[in-house]
Amino acid sequence: MSGVGDILPLELAGVSLTRGGKRVLKDLDLTLSAEPSRTLIIGPNGAGKSLLLKVAHGLVTPERGTVRWHGAGAGAARRAQAMVFQRPTLLRRSARANLAFALRARGVGGAERERRIDEILNRTGLARLAHAPARALSFGEQQRLALARALVLRPAVLFLDEPTANLDPAAGHLVEELINRACGEGIKVVMTCHDLNQVRRLADEVIFLHRGRIKERAPAEQFFAGPENDLARAFLAGEPLWWRRRSIYDGIEEG
Amino acid sequence: MDEVRQAFAQALALLVERDARLLEIIGLSLEVSLSAVLIAALIGLPLGALLALQRFPGRKVAIVALNVMMGLPPVVVGLVVYLLVSRAGPLGVLGLLFTPAAMIAAQVVLVVPIVASLARQVIESLWEEYRETFRSLAVPPVMALAALLWDARFALVTALLAGFGRAIAEVGAVMIVGGNIDHVTRVMTTAIALEVSKGNLSLALALGLVLIGLSLAINIAAYGAKELGEARRGG
Repeated sequence: MSGVGDILPLELAGVSLTRGGKRVLKDLDLTLSAEPSRTLIIGPNGAGKSLLLKVAHGLVTPERGTVRWHGAGAGAARRAQAMVFQRPTLLRRSARANLAFALRARGVGGAERERRIDEILNRTGLARLAHAPARALSFGEQQRLALARALVLRPAVLFLDEPTANLDPAAGHLVEELINRACGEGIKVVMTCHDLNQVRRLADEVIFLHRGRIKERAPAEQFFAGPENDLARAFLAGEPLWWRRRSIYDGIEEG
Repeated sequence: MDEVRQAFAQALALLVERDARLLEIIGLSLEVSLSAVLIAALIGLPLGALLALQRFPGRKVAIVALNVMMGLPPVVVGLVVYLLVSRAGPLGVLGLLFTPAAMIAAQVVLVVPIVASLARQVIESLWEEYRETFRSLAVPPVMALAALLWDARFALVTALLAGFGRAIAEVGAVMIVGGNIDHVTRVMTTAIALEVSKGNLSLALALGLVLIGLSLAINIAAYGAKELGEARRGG
């Protein structure tokens, strides 16, 4: 198990990103500490949550600003992370072969590889599907396999982009358990989510993102007791306040 | 009408008796076209992968050129190869004109664009799908390429079958560079052309039936490869 402290803290400084002529991340600063915890990123659609994860993970290079992992070069930092995407992309082979592929990419071979695959298959409840073609699994099973593929790498940091967005409650519950267990084992979890009940259940810490800016960051209890930011309050209440505010502040705040 | 029926009966008789002349022509056809497809695969698959994965100046021109070459008339390819290997041509010293080797070379030119172009499309769309995940998993380049080729294998087999279909069915190129010499460079298509002009319909028809059968077999194989591929990845 790689220790969280090896590559953390992660420091994003002045990160800006444009997509299709629109600024989607705006001069964003964020530090993720070394202690294992579950950080949940929430915010309305188009707030930039997924892109923030991709920038932190190194899949997207920001136009301005820096992304710095401590105590490790870029290669080592990448190998200490894993990410599960909104839509799982699995190779056209068996579930087991998908896991083996990920481990082979990290240079894990032989008996160690087989042992880790068996362990993760059992833990994620996929053992009986090990030899099924990955693409033939149900969506929930595919998402679980994608999570298994991330966990089998034993990352220090795990990025999850709405991992339960399209799952039924039972499948979602299983994924939540896996996330909790991973965190318990010392993995830093950074996750986006649309389901506020799930955020309540999982989060140690909440980051509220709105139109490319971090509007509030607080421990989960404090956040749910009452966010300081008015947009975050409206978001929690399910009010469409931000639409009104956008029309008033358009062109000023974004300038 | 009677004549045609008679020719049909004789054609079937030739097939049933496994006429030695017929078998010789079929054998040479398969030898030439299979060799051409094998060589074209060795050139076309890496070329397709290169065009799919690498960005370099002239890439788009190369892709368009390949697409144009997919539709080249075989007689034109035959003519160009003829000029290259004829005695006065730059490769004349090799003495390849009117040999099976020249026929293979001409068919390679015909098949490479098909294989490379289809391989590029297949690999490019697969890479589009895999790229983000592969980057996230930090997959080394060589391993990524191997995974793309392996996961695209059924579609790539289909591309090779399409290439074989074009090679086995063309007349123009093998006629020009092979010369349709009996026992040496006579293949199915050139034999059909000759026998029809001589009025010997039975041998032409027998060869025609074999070609139709081969075409059917290729299509069944291509369909099977596609089905198998979809079954493996769950549709």
